[in-house]
Amino acid sequence: MSMRTTGARLAWDQFWAIIWKDLRSELRTRQAWMSMGLFALLALVVFNFAFDLRVENLATVGPGALWIAFIFASILGLARNITVEQDRGPMDRLLIAPVDRSVVYLAKVIGNVIVISVIEAVALPVFAILYNLPIVQPAIAPILLLGTLGVAAVGTQFAALAANTRARELLTPLLIFPLIVPVVIGAVRATEALLTPIHGDAPWLGLLAAFDVIFLSVSAITFQFVVEE
Amino acid sequence: MSAQMLRAARPVDPPAAADAPPMDAIRLERLVKAFDARPILRGLSYTLPAGRTLVIFGPNGAGKTTLLRTLATLARPTSGSALVAGLDVIADAHEVRRLVGYVGHQPHPYEELTARENLLFFARMYGLRDGAERAASLLERVGLRARANDRVRAFSRGQAQRLALARGIIHDPAVLLLDEPDTGLDQEALALLERLVAERRERALATVLTTHNLERGLRLADDALTLVRGRIAYAGAAATLDVAAVERLYAGKPLAEQATRQAAGGAA
Repeated sequence: MSMRTTGARLAWDQFWAIIWKDLRSELRTRQAWMSMGLFALLALVVFNFAFDLRVENLATVGPGALWIAFIFASILGLARNITVEQDRGPMDRLLIAPVDRSVVYLAKVIGNVIVISVIEAVALPVFAILYNLPIVQPAIAPILLLGTLGVAAVGTQFAALAANTRARELLTPLLIFPLIVPVVIGAVRATEALLTPIHGDAPWLGLLAAFDVIFLSVSAITFQFVVEE
Repeated sequence: MSAQMLRAARPVDPPAAADAPPMDAIRLERLVKAFDARPILRGLSYTLPAGRTLVIFGPNGAGKTTLLRTLATLARPTSGSALVAGLDVIADAHEVRRLVGYVGHQPHPYEELTARENLLFFARMYGLRDGAERAASLLERVGLRARANDRVRAFSRGQAQRLALARGIIHDPAVLLLDEPDTGLDQEALALLERLVAERRERALATVLTTHNLERGLRLADDALTLVRGRIAYAGAAATLDVAAVERLYAGKPLAEQATRQAAGGAA
């Protein structure tokens, strides 16, 4: 008989094993990295030409362009992470293992956050150059982290929900976009406040953190009803 | 050992095959499974004692895969109950998953991982502390040692199915569910599958398999269950059936008098 790990230690091992498996698969195919990265960079370039980027508008328009590019690029990768697993069947094999569904959900979210963060790390300096904004600074890190976590938390849950439907390409963005409006507002305004600090401005980082905690908690509990029959 | 004792012992050290309780491996009570109000399983009642090998026959659409998926906790019964080693597949789903191994007719490996990585991943899912040793031993056993470090994407159908077999038994399950495991296997792999089933029988571990190869199914199993349109057409000893008898059941014809009498005695 094999000795077994149990309880919280097992859940922790399973959590990291799922992240490791997803990232290793992604590193080998590079499909999500490539599509997301290219989309984000192209969107930033197109917005650079499309918007009125006079100096007085830059700090207002720039953060919106940045987050639209990040969020649209993220949706591409989020949907793929789940649908690849559902389409090819291994999700069943994962679900037959004694792994708590909340562990699967949280691992998928963190895996997605890591992938999106890499794209952001590449796209952010490009954005800074194109838009001539001093955005590459340590204070952007918590905004990116909380904003990305919020997008990944919503995206993972609803990409899984839409994965079993025939119209998932349509459903995934339809389900995700309305729900991430608070993330979009919070992230854009927090980025804007970083570039042009306003005294007495709303605590946007707090709003992002609260959204993330609430959505992660609710989704971790309800994920089993999304992926199980 | 009662189911309650089994549950009580689990948080300390979950039971694996070696200390599996001598209770019924499977117990179905008026099990119904329907999809969109279309019944697939229509009130199945059946008991498989511990340590027995059961073959489930049935034409396409008879409900074989649905039954196995229900036992594997992948499908929820619409009504009735299904117990695995005394544990309910809904109420005790997490515990059932520790005890069950499942190999589907589609291998569904993680294609971008190597064979070894696939097994190591599932060893971690089951919390096996000797996962690396188990993975190496199983790769050797299923004849994939030379390809252990190759990505599964490049595997043939048969090689992927061998890997699926190894994945299904990596935690030495008390109840192994094999859904048409012979699909796509070559002669060598079929022999391996038969050795695996025979070895589990020697160790008094329950195995449930479905197959369209009636001869092989009858040769491997102690008991046979034939499903026709979601109902049990036969339940009893495999030895009392032959290929012609199973084909008669498929066609909706009654068995000869002797076999029918035994069938009536074998069904729970």
